[in-house]
Amino acid sequence: MKALMFGWEFPPHILGGLGTASYGLTRGMSMQHDMEITFVIPKPHGDEDQSFLKIVGACNVPVVWKDNNWDYVNQKIGKTMHPDEYYWLRNGIKYDYRRIYTNELGCIDFSGKYPSNLIEEISNYEAVASVLAHQMNFDIIHSHDWLTYPAGVFAKNISKKPLVIHVHATDFDRSRGQVNPTVYGIEKRGMDAADHIMTVSELTRRIVIEKYHQDPNKVTTVHNAVEPLPNADSFTKTPRKEKVVTFLGRITMQKGPEYFVEAAHRVLQKTKNVRFVMAGSGDMMNAMIDLAAKRNIADRFHFTGFLKGRQVHEMLAESDVYIMPSVSEPFGISPLEAMQVGTPTIISKQSGCAEILNHAIKTDYWDIDAMADAIYAIVTKPAMHKSLQELGKEEVNNIKWQDAGLKVRRIYEKALGWH
Amino acid sequence: MKNICFYFQIHQPISLKRYRFFEIGQDHYYYDDFQTEHQIRKLVEQAYLPSNKVISEMIRSSNGKFKCAFSISGIALEQLEQYAPEVIDSFKELGKTGSVEFLTEPYAHSLSSIFNATEFELQVKKHAHLIETLFGKKPTAFRNSEMIYNDEIGEIVSNLGYKTILIDEARQVFGWKSPNYIYNHSYLPKVKLLVRNNRLSDDIAFRFSNRQWDAFPLTADKFISWINNLPDNENLINLWMGYEALGIYQRAETGIYDFFKALPFNAIEQKVSFVLPTEISKKMESAGAINAPYPISWYGNEKDVSSWTGNDLQQEALNKLYAVSERVHLCSDRPLQHDWLMLQSTDHFRYMSHKSSFGSPFESPYDAFTNYMNILADFLERVDAQYPTTIENEELNELLKTINHQEKEIESLESEIKRLKTRKSSTTDTHSK
Repeated sequence: MKALMFGWEFPPHILGGLGTASYGLTRGMSMQHDMEITFVIPKPHGDEDQSFLKIVGACNVPVVWKDNNWDYVNQKIGKTMHPDEYYWLRNGIKYDYRRIYTNELGCIDFSGKYPSNLIEEISNYEAVASVLAHQMNFDIIHSHDWLTYPAGVFAKNISKKPLVIHVHATDFDRSRGQVNPTVYGIEKRGMDAADHIMTVSELTRRIVIEKYHQDPNKVTTVHNAVEPLPNADSFTKTPRKEKVVTFLGRITMQKGPEYFVEAAHRVLQKTKNVRFVMAGSGDMMNAMIDLAAKRNIADRFHFTGFLKGRQVHEMLAESDVYIMPSVSEPFGISPLEAMQVGTPTIISKQSGCAEILNHAIKTDYWDIDAMADAIYAIVTKPAMHKSLQELGKEEVNNIKWQDAGLKVRRIYEKALGWH
Repeated sequence: MKNICFYFQIHQPISLKRYRFFEIGQDHYYYDDFQTEHQIRKLVEQAYLPSNKVISEMIRSSNGKFKCAFSISGIALEQLEQYAPEVIDSFKELGKTGSVEFLTEPYAHSLSSIFNATEFELQVKKHAHLIETLFGKKPTAFRNSEMIYNDEIGEIVSNLGYKTILIDEARQVFGWKSPNYIYNHSYLPKVKLLVRNNRLSDDIAFRFSNRQWDAFPLTADKFISWINNLPDNENLINLWMGYEALGIYQRAETGIYDFFKALPFNAIEQKVSFVLPTEISKKMESAGAINAPYPISWYGNEKDVSSWTGNDLQQEALNKLYAVSERVHLCSDRPLQHDWLMLQSTDHFRYMSHKSSFGSPFESPYDAFTNYMNILADFLERVDAQYPTTIENEELNELLKTINHQEKEIESLESEIKRLKTRKSSTTDTHSK
């Protein structure tokens, strides 16, 4: 089975959860011996792990025919693609894309981020998809998130191969209901054209069915998993007298940071032995600093700014409680990461990962009393901390990408009409 | 001749209310009365009252040949008295027929038999007293909460004067021994053990209306013939179940009451009789001793106590609770004593189980634990306010002795003063002379 996947991010250069999920899923799927994955991303850096799949950089795919000698091509893109492949792909140019700005190789310079001209990049990605669809040999197309839906749809129309799309988030999650009509339009067209839709949780599945009017039979949930942390034991907790409760993520409306501040205020009225940490950055950070000051808890409430890489796991491991009060979270991988390093976790019921976790405390995002109660119980009752720590770790170590990969495989086979 | 011994269990936990940690020290009322009343009324209307009516009919129509025993926990009796006194009256009526026996059990349906022997004894006495007051007869047979039993518990119960104990047919103790005999305590031959027949009991309690079951539909005729076809010398069939099996697990529409009504008739026809626990344990010889070094119970597949004590949360809650037993025994504060009992119900701990929190009103074992521990924290503060934990138990005993004896002490000192005064006055008298 050959799958052509369109993604936007791939580790190690990632900006959000999409890259992590793309990596985990493809790695899990590669355990199937006959699975060949070609993963397209806008701009590879050359240090991606290609041991189990093939990465194609959209910025190396010519969309306008240009004649260049082998050495020049090698000098330009040799780091991320073999020049022979460039020449081979060039044969897939069937349309005139001279209207798009291209470089001397006839390729598009993608930023690979989330620039202000994002809509333009999405549409340029379509041009690349057309070349790949004409030239490459594959059985199925798999598009990750709305940025890549148009590319997937175009590839489907050209190749007549089935398209499955993977909904990692919808605009309803990002905007608390205030959807951007352009984004909604792209999402809806992708879903309408797809042969099958995968969602990362039941929560997202319901949004896809209710808000995007999709046939429930066409939508299947494939819960995310988490990559095993090979050096989980290297993250240790420094013994300290005070307990640490941590919020980690973008400080934006979607993540519900204000509920965390209010819960902290409640806890601190009863016990002084706790410190609260808000790690990350975002447009609501200053408002949260104000709120903490207004509640008179600023001496016990700390902001770290943006953390990355190993710092994230270190922060999680140093915490006694990890809390994610998201208002709407399609899945939410970070509680699983916290559990991997043995940190008890409190998550909102409005998070997709709540559907597969038993050994995490679940509260409504708005229920600050319940949240405060859970924090208080974990920091004051060793049995509570120990149970959540041990059983949580065991639970999360059994959530494997390989199983998610098998589910995706069955969906491919269904889309191909094999059952 | 085959004998059927029916016994029905009634227990309903009191519902704890949502109690957040910031209420600790502020609010000393722990119960959700609305929920408790709602639950007990539902049980009463859908199960207890109609079932009592059927049983009384069965006794009447069989001329007292149908017999059965009941065990009603102290907590359940309190709730019935408060929310459904008509059920108590109905049980009193049943008691008067002479075909019904009331067993005794720890008052609070607690795990005290494992955690605190003194508390256990107190609760059994308290329950036996209540049963005698309500139904006019001292109970003579004992069943522990959740049928928890081991040799040690058997000994304590025997010392309390009970020679009949009801236990479960747990595989780890019985192996391939049949439950259809009477056995005795491992080293106290006079203490008789009656054993629940798990298969036949569950056939009625859980499988009766199951259409996938190969014996469906179960008729009284078929059921009695199964009993009659048991090996010749297996003569006692103990059918024990929660009373809510009639009317809740097996709803009236399933025909469970018709099945019961037909039982005495079919039994008499096939020469099977009904017996009560105390009666049969006096009549029948023991088939041998049963060794039970570790506690067994009638719950779950494991038939052990892991449903209540199996994980860290449960251990923590139980240890914290029973650590103050001695102090609570010293207290004379009535509300405190009452809360102490209410907080011991086994259900609170089962809701904290990761494997058997069936029917829990809480969202998760963690939620159950958090809520319970908040309540317990307030309770412990109240105990502490009476007798601070900074004082050792022995020291406390001494202090209490001093306090309790202070009146006598004062009296004796006063009389001494008087004596000295009179002596003084008499001496001054002589001087003035």
